[in-house]
Amino acid sequence: MVPKLMCDDDMVDIYSVPSGDKDSLKVTIKLSKEKIETINRICASFENNPEELINVLHETQNTLGYLPAEVQEIIAHNLKISSAHVYGVVTFYSYFTMVPKGDYPISVCMGTACYVRGAEKILEELKKELKIGIGETTPDQRFSISCLRCVGACGLAPVLMVGEKVYGSVSPDDVKKILNEYREDNEDCKCQQL
Amino acid sequence: MEMIELSIDNKLVSVQKGTTILKAARKVGIDIPTLCHMELHNMSIENKPGSCRVCVVEVDGRRNLAPACVTEVAPGMVVNTHTARVLNARKTIVELLISDHPYDCLVCAKSGNCELQSIAHKFGIRRIHFKGEKSTYRKDTSPSIIRDVDKCIMCRRCEMICNEVQTVGALSAVNRGFISVVAPAFEMDLEHSPCTYCGQCVSVCPTGALTEVDSTHKVLLSLMDKSKTVIVQTAPSVRAALGEEFGLPPGTLVTGKMVAALRRMGFDYVFDTDFAADLTIMEEGTELLGRLRAHLAGESNAKLPILTSCCPGWVNFLEYNFPDLLHIPSTAKSPQQMFGAIAKTYFADQIGVKRQDLVVVSMMPCLAKKYECQRDEFKVNGNPDVDFSMTTRELADFIKQSNIDFLNLPDEEFDNPLGESTGAGVIFGNTGGVIEAACRTAYELYTGKKLETIEFENLRGTEGIRSAKLDFDGLTLNIGIAHGLSNARRLLGDVRAGKSNYHAIEIMACTGGCIAGGGQPYHHGNSEILRKRRDAIYSEDKGKIIRKSHENPYILKLYKDFLGQACGHKSHELLHTVYHDKSNNEVTIHHD
Amino acid sequence: MEKQITQQGQLRIALRNCGMLDPENIAESIARDAYQALGKVLKELSPQECINILKQSGLRGRGGAGFPTGLKWEIASKSQSDQKYVVCNADEGDPGAFMDRSILEGDPHSVLEAMAICGYCIGADKGLIYIRAEYPLAIKRLRIAIDQAMEDGLLGKNILGSGFNFEIKLRYGAGAFVCGEETALIHSMEGKRGEPTNKPPFPATSGFMKKPTNVNNVETFANIAPIILKGPDWFSSIGTKNSKGTKVFALAGKINNVGLIEVPMGTSLREIIYEIGGGIKEDKKFKAVQTGGPSGGCLTEKHLDTPIDYENLIEAGSMMGSGGMIVMDENDCMVSVAKFYLDFIVGESCGKCTPCRVGNKRLYEILEKITQGKGVMKDLEKLKNLSYIIKDTALCGLGQTSPNPVLSTLENFYDEYYEHVVEKKCRAGHCKNLFHYVINEELCVGCAACKRCCPVHAITGDKRMPHYIDSNICIRCGECIEKCSFDAISIQLEPKILV
Repeated sequence: MVPKLMCDDDMVDIYSVPSGDKDSLKVTIKLSKEKIETINRICASFENNPEELINVLHETQNTLGYLPAEVQEIIAHNLKISSAHVYGVVTFYSYFTMVPKGDYPISVCMGTACYVRGAEKILEELKKELKIGIGETTPDQRFSISCLRCVGACGLAPVLMVGEKVYGSVSPDDVKKILNEYREDNEDCKCQQL
Repeated sequence: MEMIELSIDNKLVSVQKGTTILKAARKVGIDIPTLCHMELHNMSIENKPGSCRVCVVEVDGRRNLAPACVTEVAPGMVVNTHTARVLNARKTIVELLISDHPYDCLVCAKSGNCELQSIAHKFGIRRIHFKGEKSTYRKDTSPSIIRDVDKCIMCRRCEMICNEVQTVGALSAVNRGFISVVAPAFEMDLEHSPCTYCGQCVSVCPTGALTEVDSTHKVLLSLMDKSKTVIVQTAPSVRAALGEEFGLPPGTLVTGKMVAALRRMGFDYVFDTDFAADLTIMEEGTELLGRLRAHLAGESNAKLPILTSCCPGWVNFLEYNFPDLLHIPSTAKSPQQMFGAIAKTYFADQIGVKRQDLVVVSMMPCLAKKYECQRDEFKVNGNPDVDFSMTTRELADFIKQSNIDFLNLPDEEFDNPLGESTGAGVIFGNTGGVIEAACRTAYELYTGKKLETIEFENLRGTEGIRSAKLDFDGLTLNIGIAHGLSNARRLLGDVRAGKSNYHAIEIMACTGGCIAGGGQPYHHGNSEILRKRRDAIYSEDKGKIIRKSHENPYILKLYKDFLGQACGHKSHELLHTVYHDKSNNEVTIHHD
Repeated sequence: MEKQITQQGQLRIALRNCGMLDPENIAESIARDAYQALGKVLKELSPQECINILKQSGLRGRGGAGFPTGLKWEIASKSQSDQKYVVCNADEGDPGAFMDRSILEGDPHSVLEAMAICGYCIGADKGLIYIRAEYPLAIKRLRIAIDQAMEDGLLGKNILGSGFNFEIKLRYGAGAFVCGEETALIHSMEGKRGEPTNKPPFPATSGFMKKPTNVNNVETFANIAPIILKGPDWFSSIGTKNSKGTKVFALAGKINNVGLIEVPMGTSLREIIYEIGGGIKEDKKFKAVQTGGPSGGCLTEKHLDTPIDYENLIEAGSMMGSGGMIVMDENDCMVSVAKFYLDFIVGESCGKCTPCRVGNKRLYEILEKITQGKGVMKDLEKLKNLSYIIKDTALCGLGQTSPNPVLSTLENFYDEYYEHVVEKKCRAGHCKNLFHYVINEELCVGCAACKRCCPVHAITGDKRMPHYIDSNICIRCGECIEKCSFDAISIQLEPKILV
């Protein structure tokens, strides 16, 4: 599996895998200067006070969308606490996430009915189309894939959801069409913004 | 102080206000079982998260059972520690713990020393009524420590030691609920965390969740290999604790039996790390005097204070937390590594054995030593100066596996030339010992006078941070001593801030020094054991005829025949090292 | 459409201003007497006199356990310290309860004012509101309210010229139910994992940053100002002997009128469900009402006329909790309800103490086994014993009450458990392993509509011939029942008979 990384164009030295170490990947990550400065600024706005850790994490997640390991390291450094402590806090509270969700989070129902009706094929198609795995997000932050248990729409199996919207009786061929709806949608947005 | 009277199991007890039920009960001989609770007087620390709930007792008038370890006594309190309600609850709790625990007691490294196992035995648990999912985690093996946290019972002792006593911050409770566990940040490998391998977490873990890497088998294979000459060195603290593993009272010195056992196990030469400790003093003492003289001469680049560097846990801590102070410690290698360096050059030449055919094994009270001997700085063309480092516990098991009747062994002497040591080398095992040994030598070398009293009593003691002023014939030398890494952090903070006026500082990672190292027999929270080990070390020093490193005849011979002078060219090549900044921003993430 | 709650039988104290004013305009609050009580306290009353008023009023904490508020303040006021704190617990985590949010969104000044009064009484000049991050509107309105109160000199330095200083800051929760427990909440505010610690020491002697801290929940604070202004006798005239005033409940479930209600203590369940709540949906049969959230229990028909107060609820095996009330009808399986709450608890347990971390997981697993039809009678015994031990030994209030849903359903609906275990039957038709679908051969015309819609191909049969459902393949999604135009498919509760 590919390590989850921050996606910055100006990111250097993304990761290096020491040979012979299968269990654990050693990832040297450098965030972009801007991101590090943003985190530093957030920490400073709470006076680098370790008591304010949870507020700092909220603010950082609001700004960056999620709290990957390297972000936690920087927060730990600023607040002068151990990164183990920060990680302990991040994993305690369900509000915090270390995995970025896309703008359009896609959930594939893996309930029994959907499973026998070929949810797996849908999933494969999605992975192929978006070039990401389960629990991952596309580099442009637009889509992420996750699996969920029965959504209670067995008659429509197989089912996938984009955000809150439910798509039923999906065939592998439909996957591209569904994705295109959002791809176009996003371009529209851009035009409007411009 | 206000006294409070209460009744525990119908016995009247009078204790100070603020005492817990647990301690009040112990006062009258009632030993309430506990799993998470641990009090370590030598560190003035008490782990009492009140989380295991094994110590619950019945208190009259209270709705639910009270955890004895955190409930303070109240006047007129009526406590019952073994009613049916209590015993049933206690037993159920232990059953619950076991229901989420691997059933591999027979092959667990902690078997026989496991507090969960002994409590299950004590409660007569014969069946686990609850079956269900068990939480499982990835096993993590580092050079020194193995984490098998499937066996973690969330007593939080390791977390407390790592954060409060050592301020290393490698461990924290992570996740929540059923899957919560103690782990390094991002559940990465300990190897990539700030862990110093001090091993204190291992020494307090009640179960087999944290254990040391076992080198017994590799050493055995070397011993069986006819082409290899296998030599062993034993650290001073090992002889003061090894006897405990054979039922001897804590503090029994077993130097002679240990040597006899090692010889019978097949080691070709049995040597003493104390010899290398004397060598360390020669190098470190000389370095101290050199830096001191430069300082007194007003040289601008004179670096003071000088820090001792024999403790690998401490060195790791420094490299991770104080990269800006890497120029301060003595560059002298630790005794273990000096021994290896001399053994694989000087001694190998003497007996005509090639480097790669000489295997050096060390018996250490320490887990960080396992990591230390694997450091690249201590290898020549990939061949380590010290091949394997074993703990006191591993040594005891190894002796037992070798069918040796330890208690009835005769006392034997170390081999020469690397087996002769002075009292100065012995006291390395106690906090303050290294600096005392250094001062014994530095004093005589600096002043040219003989020491009247060999013991520097003002350097001894158990306080976490101690300071002493020594009179070096008119020159006042300020000495600082810290043991336990939180104390080291405080002292180093002062140095960093320029608030320190010490000339020399001794630092040991473990509270009490090596006698309380992470590789010593488990003390199970009984700090009295540590005190007795400490006394044993000082008594071994007292019994020595030669008690100053620079008077060790074999050391003098080594310099004469091989090294030249202390801190000379050859010494620098063989006996000194460099330190590295480990505080980089590397993050390690595990992927399935 | 769900009807608006009727005003009948209701009395609004805590909710007095909700919906009556613009919470983002302090002038409207002041027009409705906001900060009058604070003015009165600062000018006319000593801290002890004010505490005495609260003690006389009989106000008890609305967060769950019902500790007398005046006494709590008194303990904190007597703690000696250079710094003390007032904390408002707004970490409303019970599924289905949202009274705190309504108050914070609709009347934030009532809480700010009461916190300042509390600060004056206990000698604290700092207040903290621990609020769920999931409540962005409440957070926004609180911020506006704090700013406006500061501007008007109702918070900050030298409030109303009295020399008393009080400032309020916000701390955010991050999705942990256990942080409703006050020691856990305090640790969370200190930037740590929200794990509870043993009490004593109580927060009143050693709380936030080890300083004396008084923690009250939102609804409790919302009651303070009216008590000061109208007097303790007025308040204590409402309610029952030991539970004074009113309580806000969040009505939900199979009831016609859902929403927040505020009724005097002592109101019966019957009045709440049938008069205020408008009765059970679709006129089905009332089965139970779950009160107190995951820590509470189920009350049944026999409790319908019990006056609701702290003591009576506990006696009935439930608790007040924050005031969630979920009404259930004959279609709800009580074993599954217990399982649902245990699932919640297992997900929210902090993991610190053994009974809650492992014990609740095991309780959940036993319930799962029973709902799957694999239970044995011994499991019922095990459920009960383990529940009692968890209650007896768990560290915090969450753990000590977590088996309540199991115990109260075991007590009140033992026959349902018995049916699941012995007869392998779920009378509510909820547990999928305990019922199956059958096709009535006489009604089936063999149109094959069911066969086509079945996602797992469990239905077989030739055209125009009666069809057959293989229960071993069927996943009980219910699709076939909906598709059948001839009412030929029905649920059979008896255990599936394997041919």
